[in-house]
Amino acid sequence: MYVAVKGGETAIANAHRLLADRRRGDRSLPSLTIGQIIEQLGLAVDRVMAEASLYDRSLAALALKQARGDMIEAIFLLRAYRTTLPRFGTSQPIETGRMQVERRVSATYKDLPGGQLLGPTFDYTHRLLDPSLLDDEAVEEPALRESDGTPIMRVSDILDGEGLIEPDGNMPEDHLAGDITREPMEFPMPRDLRLQTLARGDEGFLLALAYSTQRGYGRTHPFVGEIRMGLVDVEFEVPELGFAVSLGEIRVTECQMVNQFKGSAKAPPQFTRGYGLAFGQSERKAMSMSLVDRALRTDEFGEDVVAPAQDEEFVMSHCDNVQATGFVEHLKLPHYVDFQAELDLVRRMRAKHAADQTPDTDQQEAAE
Amino acid sequence: MSMPATELAAYNFAYLDEQTKRMIRRAILKAIAIPGYQVPFASREMPMPYGWGTGGVQVTAAILGPQDVLKVIDQGADDTTNAVSIRAFFQKVANVAVTTHTGEATVIQTRHRIPEDTLREGQVLVYQVPIPEPLRFLEPRETETRKMHALEEYGLMHVKLYEDIARHGRIATTYAYPVKVAGRYVMDPSPTPKFDNPKMHRSEALQLFGAGREKRIYAVPPFTDVVSLDFEDHPFEVQSFDKPCALCGARHVYLDEVVLDDRGGRMFVCSDTDYCETRRADGHVGEMLGQSQEAAE
Repeated sequence: MYVAVKGGETAIANAHRLLADRRRGDRSLPSLTIGQIIEQLGLAVDRVMAEASLYDRSLAALALKQARGDMIEAIFLLRAYRTTLPRFGTSQPIETGRMQVERRVSATYKDLPGGQLLGPTFDYTHRLLDPSLLDDEAVEEPALRESDGTPIMRVSDILDGEGLIEPDGNMPEDHLAGDITREPMEFPMPRDLRLQTLARGDEGFLLALAYSTQRGYGRTHPFVGEIRMGLVDVEFEVPELGFAVSLGEIRVTECQMVNQFKGSAKAPPQFTRGYGLAFGQSERKAMSMSLVDRALRTDEFGEDVVAPAQDEEFVMSHCDNVQATGFVEHLKLPHYVDFQAELDLVRRMRAKHAADQTPDTDQQEAAE
Repeated sequence: MSMPATELAAYNFAYLDEQTKRMIRRAILKAIAIPGYQVPFASREMPMPYGWGTGGVQVTAAILGPQDVLKVIDQGADDTTNAVSIRAFFQKVANVAVTTHTGEATVIQTRHRIPEDTLREGQVLVYQVPIPEPLRFLEPRETETRKMHALEEYGLMHVKLYEDIARHGRIATTYAYPVKVAGRYVMDPSPTPKFDNPKMHRSEALQLFGAGREKRIYAVPPFTDVVSLDFEDHPFEVQSFDKPCALCGARHVYLDEVVLDDRGGRMFVCSDTDYCETRRADGHVGEMLGQSQEAAE
């Protein structure tokens, strides 16, 4: 006897119970603490914060734990929480020129004011698995020096002083930054909204696009003017006080790419910029973002759109991994009503095809 | 660390905050004022994945009141997992009454089907829409398709349907079959089978369409003309099934094919589970039900 499928509710409840079991794993091992995730899986926490657009290490770590380490699931969890939060205002633009720098490298100058500072980087490590990590061996204290408090000049400001690079954006003074999480996307997009979209865009997707520009699909002749990572103050202007107060510090990674120069009959040649900024220590993301930002500025420089990385609609509509994963994975939802419609059509077309053919069925089936 | 556990759990009635609901209601009002026009709205991140009904959920959340009775269907059925999940979501965040009976519901959220029972005045049908743009697969760029709608330039769609006929001898679109609303906008009815298209025409119910990922809302107000695109010599026609429902014996309804065994055994049953159950309760007996009851006895 045919029994219609029932009991979706029980099935869902049981699936969630099993999921919780798998998340916890072997009960004889201690459960991960949020503190451990924050301290020891810090770069995963950074990526979740960056792509969820929410700077909160504890919540990002909780999301990672709940998501069993699945980055996109964790980003999704944090975003779904972020969207319910009230907005009480917009901070002042962060001043990365006054960053308390933990890392700062420039590929365009051998030495420069403030110097080159490698900081906590995987660069120049030999990628050899380290057996000492199998046991909890003691780790040396880092060598640190006190900052003398002098702001470290940005490379773009050095170039800008000579007029060698285009100025830092050309938004009107009274321009209010948009909010892609509060307004629907419209094309063409102004650069501030594009940068917002890229800032929460999928690291892997942006990395691949950035890579494609280096291989000739929308080449921009980039140099890393500067990458800097460290703590910056977030300031908020309180109307009642009439001045900005500090809300706290956040760690960000900024990349300023110096690109192919442009000039015209009127304007002398100048280098152009690509800009990348990400929460936490996310250098790959910031660099990819700056390459894609520059590639997307075709309309400003009168360049032809010939490659995917230059195509605003293509990049903006597809760089969000939470949207992408939702829509790709929705294919596992039932589609049998639509499939039934297609089945019916294909059967009818096959029947008509068979009727139209001579009874030489062997050949016909081979052709199908 | 200090986890704001209580804050985490504090959500507004029907999940969305009132400002967001107001923004969505404005988009809905605009959509009703311009039937078939896709109104951009600031779609929120919902606690379920994009592509799983976030648009429909936001529309439902924006219109739902404490006195409403909600029905949620997916593929015509109340008990498919995603329908169960969305219904449970609204029970949890809005504590509304829910039903599986089409006639009792004031708001029906649906994916891929329109109920078989004719909807009446006062009911709202909320569709979950994956790709709201009927021209998307002919022209991938939003900048272009918006222009085409503005200029009422739908030649491309007719060429596509014509090419179907030239190639397959018939229009080969079986679901998400394009319609023209109130004689102006060409609209995607969401991936419902074309069987359901005639039900949209001059329906007494308000029909709202929500596409969360694509950030669009559109609407068909009650008593509005909804005409499926066709040609004089190739008029629009709906699917028909050779057999009635194997459980309730209903004809002229949309049927799901159920595979019974690995020897080609098939049965066809109503896709609208509420319709089928109501008929069976009224004493209608289909071929398979009769058999199995005899076998059980």
